[in-house]
Amino acid sequence: MKDIIRTLDLTKYYGALLAVDHVNFTVMEGEIFGFLGPNGAGKTTTIRMLVGLTTPTEGTAIIDGFDIRSEILEVKRRIGVVPETSNLYDELSVKDNLLFMAGLYHVPRLKREERIRELLESFNLWDRRDTKFGKLSKGLKRRLTVAASLIHSPRIIFLDEPTTGLDVMSARSLRHLLKELKETGVTIFLTTHYIEEADQLCDRIAVIVKGRIITIDTPENMKSTVQGIPVIEALFDSPIDKSMTEDLSILGKVWVDDNRVRVLAEEIPETLETLINFATKRELKIIEINTVKPGLEDAFVKLTGVEPEVMRLEKEK
Amino acid sequence: MKPATLIREELEGVWCIVLKDLKAYYFKPPNISWGILFPLVLALAFTLRKPSGLSDLAPGLVAMAALFGTTSMEAIVITFEKRVGALERLLLAPISLKSILFSKVLGGSIFGLMISSIMTIISIGLLGVPIKHPSLFAVSLLLTVLTLSALGSLVAVSVKEVFEAQTLSNYFRFPMIFLCGVFLPVESMPAPLQWLAYALPLTYSVKALRQTVIGPLQHADLAINVAALTLFFLLFITIATRLLKKHLE
Repeated sequence: MKDIIRTLDLTKYYGALLAVDHVNFTVMEGEIFGFLGPNGAGKTTTIRMLVGLTTPTEGTAIIDGFDIRSEILEVKRRIGVVPETSNLYDELSVKDNLLFMAGLYHVPRLKREERIRELLESFNLWDRRDTKFGKLSKGLKRRLTVAASLIHSPRIIFLDEPTTGLDVMSARSLRHLLKELKETGVTIFLTTHYIEEADQLCDRIAVIVKGRIITIDTPENMKSTVQGIPVIEALFDSPIDKSMTEDLSILGKVWVDDNRVRVLAEEIPETLETLINFATKRELKIIEINTVKPGLEDAFVKLTGVEPEVMRLEKEK
Repeated sequence: MKPATLIREELEGVWCIVLKDLKAYYFKPPNISWGILFPLVLALAFTLRKPSGLSDLAPGLVAMAALFGTTSMEAIVITFEKRVGALERLLLAPISLKSILFSKVLGGSIFGLMISSIMTIISIGLLGVPIKHPSLFAVSLLLTVLTLSALGSLVAVSVKEVFEAQTLSNYFRFPMIFLCGVFLPVESMPAPLQWLAYALPLTYSVKALRQTVIGPLQHADLAINVAALTLFFLLFITIATRLLKKHLE
């Protein structure tokens, strides 16, 4: 397998602010590569540089053999991009949107109808071909945006937060589509703040924090960095406010999701004692307490110090 | 890639964006009815004001129809697409930024041409103003709509909101109507206002249209007006491209 994306000290400053700091990574042909990080870490800026929406301040990247600085039109011919917002045209029908994209990406005139039918059928949108884009549900808009990015049969697609704001069913169906796409040999570069999504989909993941790549590995290898450190999960009878968790700060890595508290427990007895004292002090009841197998979320927290739930809420806000 | 293929693909992209803009924005029923009503009302108002004839005002009215036709919708289209991220969709495609902006200018020009053509038809058919030099009139009108549309694009890329584009457009449009010879000849104005008038593109449009509609035709003078409009067009589109590039960074 050869590399299809290679960044070479890719750097971006916005004025004095260093958004992406000498980033180096390679994406192999045919893999799903996840780009994970807290909000403001530099994910979107990196993707914007790779797809030609903004110019790097320093460094460059080679995509399918072409330099993003000097051969961006060649790069654009080879990639499909699904931006964070579904930005097709509300006033045009599903089919007209794809016809427009086919023209813009120079799909041969005689093949356009056939390609559009093929895409709409595989994305279950053929029956909606005459519906205006603006009238589609959020999930269907996202589907069509992905279909539009594939109109010219690109070798690589970039997806920026593809499932943000989608309902559970639409998100699941989109993930299924991405897996099917991978089967066809398309390389997928995906930014997401849903760690579970990255775990399910990605062959390899790069974690970026404050503009720097802190690790690149397979989800399994990342999880192994926290293997052996048990995770204790306690379920309380009422929601835990963020301000209350100061009492738990001595435990180190703690994250809260509604009435659930998860702790990366280096010392189990001490952790249990602290949790019981916390419940007593706050007049809370512990409904359930378990040790669970650490997952990618736990590895992510260990690496970045950022709670996935906080990251998700910030993003969805 | 061969230069000829590159040019062909750029032009294909431009045409594709123009057709999309016409279908998605310009040729919507409310815009079409505005496009017909605006010149009709304008002609009717001036006919009632001056029933003796509109021959001296007709070129100015055509220029005015071109000014409003090109700048009004185009400013909305560009700022709207910038705001909802649809412009970014175009920037992801294999087409240069210059070509994208040119396609936007071309869309505005086609709409402006439609409205000013309706005004021309009204002038000829209903108001009895013949065009003395039709082919030169067509060239002057074409350059007028392209230049004013490029001005509209410059305004649109300079602002963030749709209402800001409309407000900023009016800063240009209304002074131009009074300064550029639409209603009274530039030469009859005080000297400082004349200098200001010669810094504005509509002055050259009105002069070129007036010569080709009413005459007398002076080739050297027409050439100066055509050259000035071409220079304004290039200046506006160059600055607009730079501003858009800066905005994207």
